[in-house]
Amino acid sequence: MTALSAPPASTPAPARPRRTGLGVLVGVLLVLLAGVSLFVGVSDVSPASVLGDGPAAFLLVASRIPRTVALVLAGASLGIAGLIMQMLVRNRFVEPSTTGVTEFATLGMLATIVLAPGMPVAGKTAVAALSGLLGTWVFLRVVRAVPVRSLVLVPLVGIVLGGVVGAVTTFVAYRLDLLQSLAQWSQGSFAGVVQGRYEFVWLAGVMVVVAWLAADRFSVIGLGEEFATNLGLHHRRVVAIGMVVVAVITASVLVTAGLVPFLGLVVPNVVSLVIGDNVRRSIPWVAVLGAVFVVACDVLARVLRFPYEIPLSVVVGIIGAALFLWLLLRRRSRAH
Amino acid sequence: MIALEGVSKRYGGQTVVDDVSLALGGEGVTALIGPNGAGKSTLFGLVGRLVRPDAGRVTVDGLDVATTPSQELARRVAVLRQDNHVAARLTVQDLVEFGRFPHSRGRLTVDDRDHVERAVAHLGLEGYRDRFLDELSGGQRQRASIAMVLAQDTRYVLLDEPLNNLDLRHMGETMRLVREMADVLGKRVVTVLHDVNSAAAYADRIVAMRDGRVVADAPARDVMRPEVLADVYDTTVDVREIDGRPVALYYG
Repeated sequence: MTALSAPPASTPAPARPRRTGLGVLVGVLLVLLAGVSLFVGVSDVSPASVLGDGPAAFLLVASRIPRTVALVLAGASLGIAGLIMQMLVRNRFVEPSTTGVTEFATLGMLATIVLAPGMPVAGKTAVAALSGLLGTWVFLRVVRAVPVRSLVLVPLVGIVLGGVVGAVTTFVAYRLDLLQSLAQWSQGSFAGVVQGRYEFVWLAGVMVVVAWLAADRFSVIGLGEEFATNLGLHHRRVVAIGMVVVAVITASVLVTAGLVPFLGLVVPNVVSLVIGDNVRRSIPWVAVLGAVFVVACDVLARVLRFPYEIPLSVVVGIIGAALFLWLLLRRRSRAH
Repeated sequence: MIALEGVSKRYGGQTVVDDVSLALGGEGVTALIGPNGAGKSTLFGLVGRLVRPDAGRVTVDGLDVATTPSQELARRVAVLRQDNHVAARLTVQDLVEFGRFPHSRGRLTVDDRDHVERAVAHLGLEGYRDRFLDELSGGQRQRASIAMVLAQDTRYVLLDEPLNNLDLRHMGETMRLVREMADVLGKRVVTVLHDVNSAAAYADRIVAMRDGRVVADAPARDVMRPEVLADVYDTTVDVREIDGRPVALYYG
C-alpha cells in the first residue's frame, strides 16, 4: 500500500493545538479574578474580616459569593451559547443577541409581567426560555428561507429580526408604563444578585454540561447537514438540542442579570483562532475565557467610578465591540 | 448492492430524476457521467438520504434507505459531496477521526484508532495531522477528506465530483487513489465525474444520465463511442484511440 506523493519531509508539523501552558494561565487568571471579585465593593470585605461572625462574613455569603458565582456561570454559558449558535448556523458572527433570540426572550419576560404578574421566577424563566426557543426557531427558518450566503448578511438578518421584536416589546412596555422594568433587563448588571435571587443561573451551568456531552455532535453539525447525515447523525435532533441549550442559557442569564452583549461572539471567535473548531477541545476554553471576560468586566464596572457602579453591559459593550471590530477586520481575508 | 427501483424526484414542476431503476456498487469503479442538470447529484442525494424520493425505493444491501437508522447506513455507505470543502478550523486528525463517528459516536476505541491511523498513513498525511484544514491546499484537503471516508470503513464509497477545483496533478492523483481504493481496499466506488476521459481511464463501468434518465450503462469502453456520447451530451464528440485507450475530443 504505497501512499501516493507523500508530503515533502521538510514541512514541519506544528505542535498539536492543545496549549496546556496557556490553559493553566487562563485558569489561574480566572481564580485570581474571582478572588478579587469577592473582595471588591463598597462595603469593606477583606480576607481577614470574614473570619468570624461579623457583617463582613454575612456580606460575603449573601452577596459577594452569589455575585461571583453568577458572573462565572453567566460568562461561561454565554460563551457556550454563542459557540453552539455558530455551529448550528455555520456562521461565525451569530450569537443570541445578533439573532433575535435575546429579544424574543425579553418579550416573553414582558408577557409574564403583563399577563401573570404574580408568577414565580421559575415560571418567568420558563416562559422566557420558551420564547427564546421560538426566537431561535424563527431565526433558523428565516435564514433557511432567505438564501444568504454572505457571512455578514446572516447576523444582519438576525439583528433586523431582533430589532422588529425589540420594537414590539418597547411599544407594549411603553403603552403599559413598563419601560423601567424593561430597562432592567436590557442593561445587564450583577449588582442585584444576592442569595436567593440568582439561583436560576445554575440552569445555564447545567446547559454547559449538556453542550459538553454533545460536543462531538455539534462539531459534526458545524460541517453541514450533508456531512452530518453521511456520518449517520440525526441533523434535526442535534439542532433541536442546540436550540434548547441556547434558549435556556439566554433566558436564565436574562432573568438573573439582563443582557450581556458581544460575549458570545468574541470569546468563541478568539478560541477558534487559537484552538480551532473541534467543539470538544474548544468548550473548556470558551467557558473559562467567557467567565474571565465577564468577571474582569464586572470588577472594572465596580471600581471605575468607585463607590458607584457602571452597568456591566456598558463595560462589556465597549470592550466587546472593540474586540469584535478587531476580529472582523483581521478575519476579513478569510471571511469572504 | 445499492438498488434504485423506479425512483423519481421532482423539484417544483421539474422532474430531476425520472423513474430510474439502477443497481450500483458492483466491484470496481463505476463512473456516473452526464451533462449539467442530468440528475447525477440528486441521484447521489437519494442514495445518501439527503433527498427523499417522490416515488420508488432506494435500498442498500437490502435495507430501505427511508426506514433504516441513519447510523446503520453510515457504516455501509460513505458519501463525499462536492461541497464538502471543509473550511472549518479542524485538524486533519480531527476530520479523519470524525469518519469513525458512525462506529463510535465520538468515543474512539482502540479499533477506531487503528482505522484512523491506517487511513492517515494510506494517504501520506502523517506530517499533516495537526494542521488546520483551512491552512491546507485544495489537493491536501481532498486527501484529508478521502482519509476520512476510508476511516469510515464502508463497503460503498460515493464520490460526488471529486475532481472539482483540482489541478492536473491532483486530478490524476485523486483518480489513482480512487482506483486504489477499489483494487487494493476492495471498496465499491461510485463517482460522479464531469470529465469523460477521466471516467474512461479509471472506471470499469460508466453510467450515463441525461434529463433524469439513465441513457447508457455499460463497460467504460462501450460507452466511449461517438454516437453514445453525442446522445448523452447532445453535442458532437469525436473519440480517438490513443495508446489503446479511447479518448474523447470535444474541442471545436
